Amino acid sequence: MSGAEPQATPLLSIRGLRVDFATDAGSVPAVRGVDLDIGISETVALVGESGCGKSVTAMSVMRLLTGRISAGSIRFGNTELQSLSEPEMRRIRGAQIGMVFQEPMTSLNPVLTIGKQIEEVLTLHQRLTSSAARAHAVELLKRVGIPSAERRASQYPHELSGGMKQRVMIAMAISCRPKLLIADEPTTALDVTIQAQIMDLLGSLQQELGMAVLLITHDLGVVAHFAERVAVMYAGKIVEQGAVRDIFKRAAHPYTRALLAALPDPLRTAARLEAIPGRVPLPRMLPAGCAFCARCKHVFEPCPGVLPELFPIAPGHSAACFLHDPRRAPSNVPCQ
Amino acid sequence: MIELLALLFGLATLAATAWCPPRLTRVLGSLLFALMVGVVSRFAFGVHVALLAAALAAVLALRFFPPLVLRRVVFLVPALVLLIFSTTLLMYRAPGNPFANERATSPQVEAALRAQYGVPKNASAFFGIYMRRLLVEGTLGPSIKVQGRTVEELIAPAFPVSVALGLLALILSVVIGLTLGIFAGLKKNSLADHVSMALALFGVSLPSFVLGAGAMIVFSLWLGWLPVAGWGSLRHLVMPAFALALPNAAIIARLARSGMIEVMQQDFVRTARAKGLPESWVIARHAMRGTLIPVVSFLGPAAAAIMTGSFVVEVLFAVPGMGQWFVKGAINRDYSVVLGTAIVYFGMIILFNLLVDLAYSWLDPRVRSSDA
Repeated sequence: MSGAEPQATPLLSIRGLRVDFATDAGSVPAVRGVDLDIGISETVALVGESGCGKSVTAMSVMRLLTGRISAGSIRFGNTELQSLSEPEMRRIRGAQIGMVFQEPMTSLNPVLTIGKQIEEVLTLHQRLTSSAARAHAVELLKRVGIPSAERRASQYPHELSGGMKQRVMIAMAISCRPKLLIADEPTTALDVTIQAQIMDLLGSLQQELGMAVLLITHDLGVVAHFAERVAVMYAGKIVEQGAVRDIFKRAAHPYTRALLAALPDPLRTAARLEAIPGRVPLPRMLPAGCAFCARCKHVFEPCPGVLPELFPIAPGHSAACFLHDPRRAPSNVPCQ
Repeated sequence: MIELLALLFGLATLAATAWCPPRLTRVLGSLLFALMVGVVSRFAFGVHVALLAAALAAVLALRFFPPLVLRRVVFLVPALVLLIFSTTLLMYRAPGNPFANERATSPQVEAALRAQYGVPKNASAFFGIYMRRLLVEGTLGPSIKVQGRTVEELIAPAFPVSVALGLLALILSVVIGLTLGIFAGLKKNSLADHVSMALALFGVSLPSFVLGAGAMIVFSLWLGWLPVAGWGSLRHLVMPAFALALPNAAIIARLARSGMIEVMQQDFVRTARAKGLPESWVIARHAMRGTLIPVVSFLGPAAAAIMTGSFVVEVLFAVPGMGQWFVKGAINRDYSVVLGTAIVYFGMIILFNLLVDLAYSWLDPRVRSSDA
């Protein structure tokens, strides 16, 4: 857990990403200027509530958005993904960047055997013959911990449990040994016991294949065990970034602190869970300044009107809050 | 009263076949299949061959038929009996009878006619006579209005005509409908979508006699490419087939379009794209089957209707098909013709629903495992 400092040449580098969705009421911003780096073999968690733009950010990397990327650059290694043609992009999807989705129940095609669904990635990207692809698919199923893999390969998704399906999704995503695995809420739809197994599997695969993982989640418990670095998103912007220890021990942004305070504490079962008052502002009705200011305990003069940049707190740790602006921070508001 | 009870009993039997346990279905289905083969082949080849054929059929069915087919067979036999019984009741309830005409018939003459054609005044008695004819004599009975002909003699030449026309119309409607629908569904809200859906709306709203008459004017009278009406060559087939096909093509197009739009929003399509599959592959391998499911369930009953002929199209184009006998039988109260056409229609419905079930189990493995 020492990778707090992003490496010199990151594997994935997102700069100033903005995504807008066209609606009947006009264009709505879903992502409003996200900067994010992921180093080689690094595990980064992107944390936030539903609708904060986490998944949209991930889908922008894959270029599988229904919305429009209106600004920003996404570099993967030395390639600018935005400038690639569609066939060039297809050679990256599934081969260099794998993706695991939230809903294993609906993410697999119900009318194709799971073997077929894994094989098609292999025949497509690695030009394997069908028998070689079959053998490799069975190997992958074994690797992700599916018992009697040969038999399972010729079964259909409805014959498998939810956890098994997610293992199949993972097998599919890692089949071409991608450099980056994007896991979009991989455990949200699963039972708690299965969640731990799936996260263990992802962890061991990450070690074994040396791939970077972008874990998208709203579960801070998962983040604490799995990630090296954390980026907290709120209303389409990253509000705090840092090593996992910085975030959990020295959270700087009021939103991050509120999230951590809302975690259930097993030792205080009787206590009422903390909740963040108010709700996430609608993307159409964002204030000019900090999007969190309507729910924040520490609001002061610049917050509603001026957008805070990410102010450095420690090496590799920064937060978008004026409490940490050396020029503005009011002395009467405690930082911690 | 007794008729009502019999009707209820028939319905109950029919419903019971749905809960028949798998082992019983297998045995019962095979026996009933053997019975059907036996009855049919006895009239064609005599008793000895029939017994042999029935035994062979029983063994074949027991060993090789999928449960899906056997379940259909178990359903089929009581359903056919019930169909004949309820149709008989309905015919007898309808005002008039086959012997009523403008001039009053004397009671003695009517009694003699009723005896000659086997049409007693009582519906249950007629049902008894009809079933005996069907099973023992192997005939659909004499037509009452077309003198000196049996119903099978009326239907036999007309049926292939309707099937030939219907088959072509079916192929046309599937090809046109699927092409339009898939194209429209993939490019939702584009110009192509609006144009093909406007065409579909056109096809649904225009009755086939307007369409047919319009086609006659344009292609026969103005352009002179095709014969106006009649039967005998491939060229005669074209216009009636299109007239039959277009309304169905329009419905298929709409079903395929909504199916395609729905499937393309599914999570597994996103997964397929995330694997880096080209869009054509995503559509052909991942989206197509889901698109076909609503179309296939429409095609079952629609195909049966198309293949048994359409009265309107047949009259318009002077095609000697089956459709006329549905209407003539009903108008003339020609009981045996009504029952004969009903049985043929029933057979087609059963056949196409079976094909639909088989297609389903190919399209969707979830159906397959729930049947096993």
